[in-house]
Amino acid sequence: MNVRKDLVQGLRDGFPIGLGYAPVAFTFGFIAVSGGLPLWAAALISLTNLTSAGQFAGTNLILQGAGYIEVAMTTFVINIRYMLMSLSLGQRLEKGTGILSRMGFGFGITDETFVMASLKPGILRAPYLFGLILFPILGWNLGTILGGSISAVLPEALQNAMGIALYGMFIALIVPASRDSIHVFLIVVMAVAANCMLKYIPVFSFISPGFRIILSTVAGAGLGAALFPRDEAEYVKKEGETE
Amino acid sequence: MESLDMKRAVICIFLMALVTYVPRVLPLTVFRKQIRSRYIRSFLDYTPYAVLGAMTFPDVFTSTGNLVSALAGTATAFVLSYYRKGLVTVACSAIAVVYIVELLL
Repeated sequence: MNVRKDLVQGLRDGFPIGLGYAPVAFTFGFIAVSGGLPLWAAALISLTNLTSAGQFAGTNLILQGAGYIEVAMTTFVINIRYMLMSLSLGQRLEKGTGILSRMGFGFGITDETFVMASLKPGILRAPYLFGLILFPILGWNLGTILGGSISAVLPEALQNAMGIALYGMFIALIVPASRDSIHVFLIVVMAVAANCMLKYIPVFSFISPGFRIILSTVAGAGLGAALFPRDEAEYVKKEGETE
Repeated sequence: MESLDMKRAVICIFLMALVTYVPRVLPLTVFRKQIRSRYIRSFLDYTPYAVLGAMTFPDVFTSTGNLVSALAGTATAFVLSYYRKGLVTVACSAIAVVYIVELLL
């Protein structure tokens, strides 16, 4: 009932997420601009995507000159997990929440806002969710713009070393999750093994890098899901650690 | 990295935005049923790690000026992320190590 109270509660819960996003987005902006994207394009990516792993991967592919289908499919595969979060939040939404509201706050579902909303007891109302996503959006966009702006004034030698930055972030996402779950570790190993086979065995050389990654992903996650199906409880716990 | 075709980049950005937005909003608006299949749920849950793994290896080893600096940077990233340092710390430390190793070589 109390719109103002819900909104304030959302803003309060979202503020630390926004603070946490700023440095990650800063690094993203920095990497994207160092890699050759203009600042406005890096800012546009953060503004329209609002996600870490998906936009890092997509940006990497853009910089490598991958095709539209490769960029779209890889990004989609990474972001498809949002369907589960969106489904889960949808079950707890106040009845009668309008479709425009749903389309609005749905944009702000990320691993972190999902976890925060999941931990909130009771029914979820639109004002809370709009409040929750505001600071994360601000932090993500301001961080990107700052990081992208600073990259122009960096010495060239340091910019060359930036090539590893995106991979460093990928490793920072993979390793802690692999440490927590041997299943995740084995899935990463299977996906990497598939990727190496497709890359180095000459028979497969007709497959482009983008499709190679998609095939490797389907092989790794597909085998993994068959070998180690997950429990519900495990799912929610792990989602909090992906970004 | 080759020079970028900006029209292509902008189309890619909007495709990325679309395939990010649709999974977020579809279950809230149109498709409101639970996914029951444990297999599909597990598959979706594991995909981010599989994608990131395939994107990182072996490409990380050719991401810098030479193999030695790339190995040093990768090792740094591994150790720090094993001890749960954040994304930013890991990425910046890897850059620093690559930079230093390339200065020394």
